[in-house]
Amino acid sequence: MADQQQGKRSNSRVIAWCMAGVVGMFAFGFALVPLYDVFCDITGINGKTSGRYEAGTGEQVDENRTVTVQFLASNGPGMTWEFRPVVRSVTVHPGEPMTVNFFASNPTDSNMVGQAVPSLSPSEGTLYFHKTECFCFNQQPLEAGESVEMPLVFIVDPELPEHITKLTLSYTLYDQGKPVEVSGPATADTITNNNG
Amino acid sequence: MSAVADTHNQEHHHGPAKGISRWLLTTNHKDIGSMYLIFSFAMFLLGGSMAMVIRAELFQPGLQIVQPEFFNQMTTMHGLIMVFGAVMPAFVGLANWMLPLMIGAPDMALPRMNNWSFWLLPCAFLILVSTLFMEGGAPNFGWTFYAPLSTTYGPPSTTFFIFAIHIMGVSSIMGAINVIATILNLRAPGMTLMKMPLFVWTWLITAFLLIAVMPVLAGAVTMMLMDINFGTSFFDASGGGDPVLFQHVFWFFGHPEVYIMILPAFGAISHIVPAFSRKPLFGYPSMVYATGAIALLSFLVWAHHMFTVGIPLAGQLFFMYATLLIAVPTGVKVFNWVTTMFRGSLSFEAPMLFAVAFIILFSIGGFSGLMLAIAPADFQYHDTYFVVAHFHYVLVPGAIFGIFASAYFWLPKWTGNMYDETLAKTHFWLSFVGMNLAFFPMHFLGLAGMPRRIPDYALQFADFNMVSSIGAFMFGVTQLLFLFIVVKCARGGEKAPAKPWDGAEGLEWTVPSPAPYHTFTTPPEVK
Amino acid sequence: MRVHAKRALALVTGLLLPAVVMADWTMNMTPGVTGTSNQIFSLHMTILWICVAIGVVVFGVMFWSIFAHRKSQGHKAANFHENTLVEVLWTAIPFAILVAMAVPATATLIEMYDTTESEVDIKITGYQWRWQYEYINDGFGYFSSLSTPRDQIENRQAKGENYLLEVDKPLVIPVGKKVRFLLTANDVIHSWWVPEFGVKKDAIPGFINETWTRVDEPGIYRGQCTELCGKDHGFMPVVVEAVPEEEYVAWVAEQKEAAEAERQLTQKDWTLDELIERGEKAYASACASCHQPNGAGMPPAFPALKGSPIATGDMAAHIDIVVNGVSGTAMQAFGGQLSEVDLAAVITYERNAWGNNTGEMVTPKEIFDFNNKE
Repeated sequence: MADQQQGKRSNSRVIAWCMAGVVGMFAFGFALVPLYDVFCDITGINGKTSGRYEAGTGEQVDENRTVTVQFLASNGPGMTWEFRPVVRSVTVHPGEPMTVNFFASNPTDSNMVGQAVPSLSPSEGTLYFHKTECFCFNQQPLEAGESVEMPLVFIVDPELPEHITKLTLSYTLYDQGKPVEVSGPATADTITNNNG
Repeated sequence: MSAVADTHNQEHHHGPAKGISRWLLTTNHKDIGSMYLIFSFAMFLLGGSMAMVIRAELFQPGLQIVQPEFFNQMTTMHGLIMVFGAVMPAFVGLANWMLPLMIGAPDMALPRMNNWSFWLLPCAFLILVSTLFMEGGAPNFGWTFYAPLSTTYGPPSTTFFIFAIHIMGVSSIMGAINVIATILNLRAPGMTLMKMPLFVWTWLITAFLLIAVMPVLAGAVTMMLMDINFGTSFFDASGGGDPVLFQHVFWFFGHPEVYIMILPAFGAISHIVPAFSRKPLFGYPSMVYATGAIALLSFLVWAHHMFTVGIPLAGQLFFMYATLLIAVPTGVKVFNWVTTMFRGSLSFEAPMLFAVAFIILFSIGGFSGLMLAIAPADFQYHDTYFVVAHFHYVLVPGAIFGIFASAYFWLPKWTGNMYDETLAKTHFWLSFVGMNLAFFPMHFLGLAGMPRRIPDYALQFADFNMVSSIGAFMFGVTQLLFLFIVVKCARGGEKAPAKPWDGAEGLEWTVPSPAPYHTFTTPPEVK
Repeated sequence: MRVHAKRALALVTGLLLPAVVMADWTMNMTPGVTGTSNQIFSLHMTILWICVAIGVVVFGVMFWSIFAHRKSQGHKAANFHENTLVEVLWTAIPFAILVAMAVPATATLIEMYDTTESEVDIKITGYQWRWQYEYINDGFGYFSSLSTPRDQIENRQAKGENYLLEVDKPLVIPVGKKVRFLLTANDVIHSWWVPEFGVKKDAIPGFINETWTRVDEPGIYRGQCTELCGKDHGFMPVVVEAVPEEEYVAWVAEQKEAAEAERQLTQKDWTLDELIERGEKAYASACASCHQPNGAGMPPAFPALKGSPIATGDMAAHIDIVVNGVSGTAMQAFGGQLSEVDLAAVITYERNAWGNNTGEMVTPKEIFDFNNKE
């Protein structure tokens, strides 16, 4: 009957719309990942400082103001390196570039690769903390027994809100597994992920 | 068409099939509704036994019965089974039975998909429950499965848990599509949207919530699966990810999920209270709009589960304000129910006892929710037994009592027999006392400083824990009485007329009791 | 037989008595000892009374109906089902009440988020299953682990007054000074909570969070981890000792000296017995929760050390496991958590306890060399 045909068409319409909703929301769930990253990048709210900063010329240094920048270092689970900031904190004028070093040492008897992941607090300060050079931009290979002092060059933006007088920058150092063999053909033995 | 004509038509149809294939292959909404309800009650008893293990361990300080690792499996599985195995399927069962009857439709819009929606559930739960017997044990990271505890540090069974969640999600989504198609397309002529019964409205809105958020849950567990097995780092800082991202994605699903678990109960209560007050529901349009407002607002409040995570100030304030706002439409609904009772002609059979208890005790749960919304105060409540008290008040006397009320209300229609009223009242009073003894002290425990998800506790928490355990045992045992009442009713009892409740309204009360296998084969006229 | 039964009963009652006496019926949140905790307490009481008032009115109307509008008493039903004025009022009035609540709540939250101008900074790291406190401006730190004996947890001994809320080394902070806490975690998400401070913040691996407190009264304050973090989530308490400023300054100086002395202990010549004695304590604090005080472990997740081929076999392999952990398992790298003295002591203890009796020992100097070898 025409009624039944009408019914079937209406049902198909509902199913089609609902399925579109389902697929759309599943995609939205995954889209939340880059959306979250972009949102955090723009607002700095999860404390993840962004990548390399290109310092403009003629950066105005605010001599009338000082900001204390504190450094913390932690090891990720199972990471056995010694890892610490060479100085615990520095006092800077916003706008002036500052260099500090972090000490890392591999006490084991195998070659390893580490990756430092930064986190800044308070999160409102994240957008105003610029790293022109950071050991966290790259993986850090250390041979057995090797130590290194790794540089961080940063500028605190003069636009940093007035009420923020102290920034705490924390690095967590993660074990990225064994380094890839450079000599010889590429083998299946690439960097193994140590996560569970 | 009159009911008499329907019965004549029926004599030309074959009755239901016989034996096991009836149940495996049925596309009949009444059969499927019954299967959902029976499955959900079995899961309720299973999840309840896990609660009994939890409360037995917490009866006294010290570790007496289980080790902490197993305790964490019990709390996790109790939550998963109750949420996904008991409450949600029970509401789907009620929807299956009652929606076609309430709108004058012969069945659900998509009867074969309906069958698959149901049978996916026993499969999913077989997988989930089997994780208890796998090496490393069942999931032990809480029903909220935060990363990285659930990804990097989860047991081997985690992948099976993810698989089970996917299957349950597919079942829910298919069920929701069916509900929407049924309600939009199969209403009897003359039944406009604003003439639909409230249970139909709340289920329509619930179905939209399901379509919107179950896929997000699927996304979250898929990302987990990828982090565990395929080397991605969605939630792992070492690879550039963020554990807090998991919480955002999970709670974006999680908050609408709790409204999914209560809106159908709101609908059922909106039928029961007018019936036993012999007075129309007060403020029908506001009830509809309030339900819609709650559903919309539910998408804007998720981070109130994350106040201690380190969200910046502006975010905390937004989520606090949005959460406080949800109290307004919810309050409107409570006021409307009370006003429906006011100056009615009240009687207190079992459905009404459960409905009145629902209104009072759900509101208490709502009050503790309002307190939790005050973000600075939440720093003292978060992850303590105060939260456990809150959600058990909205879920047990909320969702579960709503389901019991509905069951007693509609059992005569389903079985053709009146249930034993004295036994039912006994079930009510024992459940009421047991439930309050079990969960009210948890408010005090949380305020006194007892955290959640711990198998052992400091001595100052001992007294209320003992009271709570006793109440829980009482509540648990009483549910066996409910099983007895239902089985006894199914087997016989005082014959029920088409409309056993003189104050009830709706198309469902125009068909005989028990409802014939096929009803409304020709649609009724709705004035 | 009856005599034995009576004595057993007396013993059991005696063991339970402290538990019964200590237990109490606290029903409310503590106002606490900080400005924040007191503000939170006021907000809590205000919203509680508002809810009670609304409940009394709404349930009052309902109970009145239940009493006066019963069919069995002959009451006939009215027929009204709408009233726009009433509906507008009971939407607007709750809305206004909520706006009123939001104002003081906002003010308190703004203050809770203001971590500027702190006088002491302490880094707190959550581990499975203990806290690490580092006084970052003074160059020392230590782990703080549950000190309740296993025997009490397993009901073989009467429970002490601070059952599950006591640690070997509490956090020490000065009274009256703004103390800023920097929180992170080593493995999974933990959460640091002291109810009497009104301070709770999640500790998230790979990220740094901050919060602060200013304690008004000296005392010992106890809290717990409040984020499920695995099997011993309920067994990693927080204990903070707030002391007057002069005491704090003296304590810090002491700790710095002790840290230096510990570094020098590495150089000292230890005997087997000295190492075993120290090792037993270190084992109880760092290892016993998984490997058990009797070395039997809980296989397969936590292997037995008693009679184990590792504890009685190759020394270098044993040291490697303790110092570097075993990736992919729950065995952490204790090289980062214990001093060289404690590492040497624990390994020596494990090789000689429970009948293992190898007679072998490893010195702190040897651990130092192991850690620094080319």
